Amino acid sequence: MAILRITDSGVLLDERPKGEEIALAEWRAGVRPEAGRFELFIPNTEDAEALAEIVKRFDAVILEFPDFKDGRAYTQARVLRERLHFTGELRARGQVLCDQALFMARAGFDAFEIGGGDAEGFAKAIGAYSFFYQPAADSARPIHALRAEKRAAA
Amino acid sequence: MYRYDEFDETLVRERVREFRGQVARRLSGELSEEEFKPLRLMNGLYLQLHAYMLRVAIPYGTLSSRQMRQLAHIARIYDKGYGHFTTRQNIQFNWPALIDVPDILDDLADVEMHAIQTSGNCIRNITSDPYAGAIAGEVDDPRVWSEVIRQWSSLHPEFSFLPRKFKIAVTASDQDRAAIRVHDIGLRLHRNGSGDRGFEVLVGGGLGRTPYVAETVREFLPERRLLSYLEAIMRVYNRLGRRDNKYKARIKILVADDVGDFRRQVEEEWGKSDKDRLDAPLDEVLRIRRFFAPPKFEKPGDASVLLAKARTVDAEFDRFVATNTLEHRQPGYAIVNISLKPIGLPPGDISADQMDAVADLAERYSFDELRATHEQNLCLPHVRKDDLFAVWRALDEAGLATANIGLVSDIIACPGLDYCDLANARSIPIATRIAERFADPASAADIGELKIKISGCINACGHHHVGHIGILGVDKKGEEFYQIMLGGSAAADASLGAITGRGFSSSEVVDAVDRLIGFYKANRGEGERFLDAYRRLGADPFKEVLYGDIAHH
Repeated sequence: MAILRITDSGVLLDERPKGEEIALAEWRAGVRPEAGRFELFIPNTEDAEALAEIVKRFDAVILEFPDFKDGRAYTQARVLRERLHFTGELRARGQVLCDQALFMARAGFDAFEIGGGDAEGFAKAIGAYSFFYQPAADSARPIHALRAEKRAAA
Repeated sequence: MYRYDEFDETLVRERVREFRGQVARRLSGELSEEEFKPLRLMNGLYLQLHAYMLRVAIPYGTLSSRQMRQLAHIARIYDKGYGHFTTRQNIQFNWPALIDVPDILDDLADVEMHAIQTSGNCIRNITSDPYAGAIAGEVDDPRVWSEVIRQWSSLHPEFSFLPRKFKIAVTASDQDRAAIRVHDIGLRLHRNGSGDRGFEVLVGGGLGRTPYVAETVREFLPERRLLSYLEAIMRVYNRLGRRDNKYKARIKILVADDVGDFRRQVEEEWGKSDKDRLDAPLDEVLRIRRFFAPPKFEKPGDASVLLAKARTVDAEFDRFVATNTLEHRQPGYAIVNISLKPIGLPPGDISADQMDAVADLAERYSFDELRATHEQNLCLPHVRKDDLFAVWRALDEAGLATANIGLVSDIIACPGLDYCDLANARSIPIATRIAERFADPASAADIGELKIKISGCINACGHHHVGHIGILGVDKKGEEFYQIMLGGSAAADASLGAITGRGFSSSEVVDAVDRLIGFYKANRGEGERFLDAYRRLGADPFKEVLYGDIAHH
C-alpha cells in the first residue's frame, strides 16, 4: 500500500515504512506502542472530539472510508484539526479515490493510502479548484474574504 | 437577481472542466459505469429508463430571461425540444447524450447556471418562496439568505457524502409557499419580540417512504448565525445519521427517533463551534443583499382602468386574472402565474418555443425576472396591472394561458414509469386524465382550491403525502394500481394524508376522484375548501364514497 503525502514540494508517493500502528480498541485495552513513530487507527464511528487526550500522543492518525460514500471521517478530520488542533499526519484509509481527494485535503487530511499509486491524478484533483466558498481545515481563505480583500484594495 | 463575480464564475468553470475530464475517462472506458456513477450524480446526471437525464439547478427558483433563453437553446440543440420543471424549482432535460453534457454545462455556465449538487447525497439546490420580493407580508427577501446558503453548501468538503440527500427550503413569510415543513431543514425568517430578524429552524420533515412533518429545533436563531447553526445540524447528521439502510438514512429518522436528544446534540455542537469564522460576514451578506434590491417600480395607482375594462370585455381573461394572478406588494402591480399544466399534457413540461415566449414576456413586462414554483409552474413576479391583458394575450398565443392555478387540474406529478426506472406505475397519464375530466373551467372554479399530487412509487417525488388528494401508484402482480390518500397539505397548515383503503385500477381511479369531489360539493360549507371539508367531516364519509358501493355488493 503506497502512501501519498501532501508536502511543501507537492503531492508525493512515499515508500518509507509506516510507523507502529495500533488501533483505538487496542489502546483502550492497554496496549502501548514501543518506540519510534506511533500511529493511531480510529474507526469512523468514534466521536473524535472525545479522543483529545489520546491523539496528542501520536504522530499520525488514520481515519477510514470503508466506502467512499461513507463520509463520517470528513467530520472526524475537521474536528481533529480545527477543534483539537492536531498537527500530526492525518491519513485516509479505505476506498480513497482521487475524485474525493480535494474534499479530504480540505477536511484536513495530508496523507492517503492508495492502491494504484496515481500520484498525478491525486495532485490534479487536489489542485482542480482555485477558490472555495467555505472555511474548512485547510489554509484556503474563503471567497468572501478574498472579495473583501479585493474591495479594500480597490 | 444575483450575478456571478469572477470567483463564482471560476468555480463553476473549473467544475465543468473537471467533469469534462471525468466524462472523457468514462467514454474511453477508463472509468466503469459504477465508478462514474457518483461523479455524474454530483453533476446532476442520472441514468433513467431510456436515457440520461440532466437536472439543472435554478437557485431558489429565480431566472432571468437570458437564462430562460439558454434553457430553450439547450432543449433545442441537445434534447428533443422541451424541458421539464420539477417540484424543487429545477429543470430537467430527459434526452441528453453523455458526450454532449460537458458542452451543456459550459452553455449553462455562460449564463451563470450549473447542475452542481442537483443529485447525490449532498446539500441540494436551495428552494424558496416563488413570490419572494413580490408578495406582501415578507419580513425580508428570503433569497438573500438562500444565496448565502447556496454558496456555503457548494462543494462543501465535510457535507458532500452525507448518509442521504439533503434539502433546504427558506421562506420569509407566515404563508408557506416553499413547503418548508416537508424539507430536511426548513427555515422561516421572522421577527422576535424585540423586532430582530431570525430564523425558526425546522428539521426532519420529508416525504418518501416514511413521511414526517418537520419539528421546530429552534424558535429563533439570529440571522447572522445561520451558517454556524447549519454546520452544527449537518455535523450531527453526518456523524449520527443511519448509513446501514438507505430508507432510514434521511435526517427525519434521526429527528423522529428523539427530537429532544437531537436538539441537545445540535445545541452542544453549535455551542462549541467557532461561529465568527463559520458565519457569513456582514459585508458579504450586504453585498448579496444588494442584488435583491426591489426593482424600480413605477408608481401607478392600484386600480387599473385598462384591467377593469378588459375583464368586463373578455370572460376568459377575467377568469385568468381571477385564478392565475395575485396581489403584488407594490400597488398597481400583480404577480402572474403561468400554468405548466395545460389540460391533457404532462405537468411541468414546456417547449423551447414556449421558454422563449416566456423569456420575452419577462424581459418586456417583469423587470427581466421569472420564477419556477415548487408546484411545477412558472411565474412573472412583477407585472403592471395595465399590462396584464397584453401578457395574457401573448401567453395565450404560446399555449400558456391555462387558467387553473391551485385548481383541480393544477396537478403535481412525478415523471413516473414513462421515464423513471424506480417507478411502479405511470403518473402522467393519470394526471392528464383527471385534468381532462375536470377540463371545464367553470366547474373547476366551482370546485375551488384542490391540490392533487401523484407519485409513481413510494419514493414520493410527486408529493402524494401532502396532496389534498394524494395518489400513489403501486404495482400489483404486474398491473398498475393507485392508492388514494386524503387530507395532506404542504402549506403552513402542513399535514400528512391518510390512506383510504385498497388501490384502484388505472381505469377506476379517475371515477374515484370524481366521486370524492362530488361528495365534497354536496357537503361543503360556504367557501369551504376540499381540505377543510375533509378535516371537518373526517375520513369516514369520504371512504364510504370511495368504497361504499363495493362493500355493499
